[in-house]
Amino acid sequence: MKRIAFRNARLIDPASGLDAKGGLLVENGRIADVGPRLFNDAEPNDPEVIDCRGLVLAPGLIDCRVFTGEPGAEHRESLESASTAAATGGITSMIVMPNTDPVIDEPSLVDFLLRRAQATAKVRVLPCAALTKGLAGETMTEIGLLQEAGAVAFTDGDRSIANARVLRRALAYAATFNALVISHAEDPELVKGASATEGEFATRLGLPASPAIAEAMMVERDIRLVELTGARLHFGQISTRASLEVIAAAKARGVNVTCGVAAHHLALNELDVGAYYTFRKVRPPLRSEADRAAMVEGVASGVIDVIVSSHEPQGADTKRQPFAAAAAGTVGLETLLPVALSLVHNGQASLSHILKTMTEAPARIFGLPAGRLAKGAPADLVLLDEGEPFVVDAEKLHSRARNTAFDGRKFQGRARATFVGGTKVFDAR
Amino acid sequence: MTSPDAAPILPSKHLLGIDGLSPIDITALLDLAETYVVQGRATDKKTALLKGRTLINLFFESSTRTQSSFELAGKRLGADVMNMSVKTSSVSKGETLIDTASTLNAMRPDILVVRHQDAGAAELLSRKLDCSVINAGDGAHEHPTQALLDALTIRRHRGSFEGLVVAICGDVLHSRVARSNLRLLSMMGARVRLVAPRTLLPCDAERFGVEVYTDMVNGLAGADIVMMLRLQLERMAGAFVPSTREYFRFYGLDREKLAHAKPGALVMHPGPMNRGVEIASDIADDVQISLISEQVEMGVALRMAILDALARGMA
Repeated sequence: MKRIAFRNARLIDPASGLDAKGGLLVENGRIADVGPRLFNDAEPNDPEVIDCRGLVLAPGLIDCRVFTGEPGAEHRESLESASTAAATGGITSMIVMPNTDPVIDEPSLVDFLLRRAQATAKVRVLPCAALTKGLAGETMTEIGLLQEAGAVAFTDGDRSIANARVLRRALAYAATFNALVISHAEDPELVKGASATEGEFATRLGLPASPAIAEAMMVERDIRLVELTGARLHFGQISTRASLEVIAAAKARGVNVTCGVAAHHLALNELDVGAYYTFRKVRPPLRSEADRAAMVEGVASGVIDVIVSSHEPQGADTKRQPFAAAAAGTVGLETLLPVALSLVHNGQASLSHILKTMTEAPARIFGLPAGRLAKGAPADLVLLDEGEPFVVDAEKLHSRARNTAFDGRKFQGRARATFVGGTKVFDAR
Repeated sequence: MTSPDAAPILPSKHLLGIDGLSPIDITALLDLAETYVVQGRATDKKTALLKGRTLINLFFESSTRTQSSFELAGKRLGADVMNMSVKTSSVSKGETLIDTASTLNAMRPDILVVRHQDAGAAELLSRKLDCSVINAGDGAHEHPTQALLDALTIRRHRGSFEGLVVAICGDVLHSRVARSNLRLLSMMGARVRLVAPRTLLPCDAERFGVEVYTDMVNGLAGADIVMMLRLQLERMAGAFVPSTREYFRFYGLDREKLAHAKPGALVMHPGPMNRGVEIASDIADDVQISLISEQVEMGVALRMAILDALARGMA
């Protein structure tokens, strides 16, 4: 029986509200015991004892929005390289998007992805399947069979479904299986060709831009369809105050919706694009400072349920281009936790609340057994130093792609060790 | 055997839907149909009850069994039966339904049997024609003779409807068979369940006083009768359900799912079947549990009873 004893930790479990000094015992990949008094009196006589020296021991992070290049673009990111980056970032579960080549829209491809992950990935990989065949937005996928194969949610990833009739039927069909649907809210026609948010800054730079309302319009439409069909819907990422207000109102009247925000929309605004810095070209584009501040508020108030990396690897071929021609996306697995912790250091939210957005909340939305420090739960753990200062160095990232929006940025706090099912997958102590 | 001067048993000169019939009307029709089951099994199947009368089958949608069932019913009662097929009629030349009705009216038929793709078509014709109109299916509205023949089949096996649990499974949304059946069976005291993915359930189905299920295991649990509906091929290609294989996996009737129904449960299907889509072949062909062939036989007898009942109201 493999046992690991963590002692002298600051245990934070957002699910139970625990925040206290104590210990945790792992047996056979699961949490066997946890609590403030564990190992207080006696030195545990276990083969492996980890002295946490007062560092925070929390449930491993769950990143609900990760794009990888496997299958089809392994030169940008494989499941293996993404998982190494995830482990470094304290992430123990990655929910991966189906926007690969081929698209994950067949039960056999879900099976393939799970087998590849089993064979190569250091952290748990939970595949989303496409909601429509080929991400074409026309015909729904085999949601029942895909769910049986192991898909945790259904989404066209970074594509909106333009046709409301198609989405209505897909939501109704998903509701039949109580399947979670993830929506990307951007009116496809309004954002076509745009690479920035409409406003003074985009006008000065002369960039093709789209109005920020392109998002809230679709959020509003999707919520109406959820009310019609009884589906469960999660907005993968929102980025504007208008969207936040629509979702807050829907939640207040009891609609079954949740939403996420990408770390970069909490930390950056449109001005950070500076002199056409393509590594900060993302989708949806960076927003006004007012919208960025609204996202922080939304996290603090709990209207925004989860913080995600929206990790999207790109290569020099796609990023070393004029801004309008460059691909959107930033890698984010290794900076998710540091960016999120900046809200704690800025006094905008408690450490437990911020950790909740990456542990208990995603576990609840996706129905995962992880995300809590509870007896019997998988021993997916992160040991983190919430105050350690460091500077992001793109060259030292573990991701195969280095397109970080945060190169050279100073942060405080990061993972020092990561465990998946009791197995150490990262250790920088 | 009844005659045209016997007491009328239908409240109207038309049969447009189950709506408008009472349990007494239905029971009388089923009782009358029983006599025609006997006649249909005799060597001499023909009488002269409707001698000299004209029955027109006007089918705007293709149909094999309903049209031939009415044709046979009419002929066995001695009527002159004319089949009007849409492809050869002036309807395909742009004539409106009302114009067609006026033309037919001038031919002085006694009974018009109509099937049309639009809900309300039979109702419209009944207002424009002097003869009796029988609705043989209008859009997704009603198909009363199917529900009545299903009721006849059920009654012959179970004696009565009171407390029977009948699960109607599949494409309820587009089904006039389901709508007529749930009206009739609820009225007669059966407990009707609808079982379908949400994409194939009509809005506010619960308002009909039925129980709605989205999975077969719960929907079939304890059912006495499992009534499968046809899923039209064009609805399987991703618009309402993603694929045939997924539909069969979750909604196709196979032994595993049927095992959740009451022991001895009987299986019905209005036909034509999609084997391997909504029903497994071994169930469709199992004479111990499948009433599918019997439904066809009851169809002729029931339609003879309808023609008889309508003829009573005629001068």
